[in-house]
Amino acid sequence: MTNTTVRSYDDSTHLLGKIWVWGMGVMMILFPVAVSVYYDAWPDATALFKGLLSIAPMYWVVGMIEVITYVPMLGASGSYLAFVTGNLTMLKVPCTMAALDRAKVKSGTPEGEAVGTVAVAVSSIVALLILSLGVLLIVPLTPILENPKLAPAFNQLLPALFGGLGVALIGKNLKVAAVPVIVMITLFVLVPSLANSAAIFVPIAALIAILAARIMYKKGWL
Amino acid sequence: MPRAFTVNDSFLYIIVGIILLLVLSQSVFFLVRSWKRALSLGIEKGTLHKVVKTSATFTIVPAISVLIGVIALSRKLGLPLPWLRLSVIGAITYETPAAEAAARAVGTTLGDSATLLTAPQYSVIAWVMTLGILAGVIFTPILCKRLLSGVDRLEKRDRKWSDIFMSALFMGMISAFLGMIFGHVTEGLAGWIPVFVMLVSALIMLLVGACIKLLHWDWLTDYALTLSMVGAMAMAIPITNWVMGVVA
Repeated sequence: MTNTTVRSYDDSTHLLGKIWVWGMGVMMILFPVAVSVYYDAWPDATALFKGLLSIAPMYWVVGMIEVITYVPMLGASGSYLAFVTGNLTMLKVPCTMAALDRAKVKSGTPEGEAVGTVAVAVSSIVALLILSLGVLLIVPLTPILENPKLAPAFNQLLPALFGGLGVALIGKNLKVAAVPVIVMITLFVLVPSLANSAAIFVPIAALIAILAARIMYKKGWL
Repeated sequence: MPRAFTVNDSFLYIIVGIILLLVLSQSVFFLVRSWKRALSLGIEKGTLHKVVKTSATFTIVPAISVLIGVIALSRKLGLPLPWLRLSVIGAITYETPAAEAAARAVGTTLGDSATLLTAPQYSVIAWVMTLGILAGVIFTPILCKRLLSGVDRLEKRDRKWSDIFMSALFMGMISAFLGMIFGHVTEGLAGWIPVFVMLVSALIMLLVGACIKLLHWDWLTDYALTLSMVGAMAMAIPITNWVMGVVA
């Protein structure tokens, strides 16, 4: 494949991505607009400002950090899709990691981007179908899913996910993973309150991992 | 005269249905495009089928957990809004606090199921939940090309370091969440439950790996992550009961 073809494919990905993502952004805003127009219920400015003030500054900073951290992992197409369909930490990023590992391709390569996007797209479609089916069957499903006996299982979703994922991926990158894993465990044990906002620490952990890897690389240990 | 409003009005379902159909189209569009791209890059169909199997099976359980979030939010907000917010852009970690903050701003709470939301209250909540989460949608198209050009330049300058750099990014993400799992260990035995569950998950993954290597059960590879996750979640129930029994 020539460089020109690669370039034009990448360029069209960015163009299509922009159209889809911003288009979906407009569609998202359509919901509150439709509510306001149809029910003649435009939001009270003070309440809107108060509500936004309590979440938007943090969510927008975290959102920006997520873009900087996850875009290099997901590639262009994967990012344009994953940032619309959401649930990045729990679904899209682990799904991409597992897919790259399964197809034995690397992130940051055209092959990695294609495989990762297939994974993100399949995950998005399956999640959407499950949620829609769940909404249709909400009455019979609610007592089952809200059974207190099942609560401990769903409360432990992230440990159950990252235990297996950790073994699968850390095993192959033991030297790169050692420093950030030790630093992050130490940090969260010493300051437990930080555990509630782990997502904010993803770029910090990534930065620590990159710095440690750079030093090891320069010393010829990697 | 304003129309009668309920949080489960059919009009809301129609709007949400239209938006979700568009999201589905976007997913299908990128699936077809990346599938063709993968084939043109020489990736075999069989490999892509394996990726589909792994991704689809892996998604089921986390999606059910998101559905539980939808059910929880639906008591106050009805089904359409949580269904939309948790299917597009959102994540349960963001949507619940956003809905709670918005509900408080209009003088109620998510837990207050005794009073019904009025249209103006619902409107504020819908606006706050939507505008609060739009950062990714706005910044991704602006920053994506620049960020990936940086990765490209790195790759051209030093390919080996570029590979290590990408691995470090992934390891950073995993280590942040592994660290979080240890965040409650100072609270006593109950705080160790997530650690025990993580260890069970890791153990199941090692067992699955051993079966694949020693017994040549290659078909298990597609389900390894799902098995370790679901197995550990199932084990979380007896582990939690045991720990709570000891603590009590």
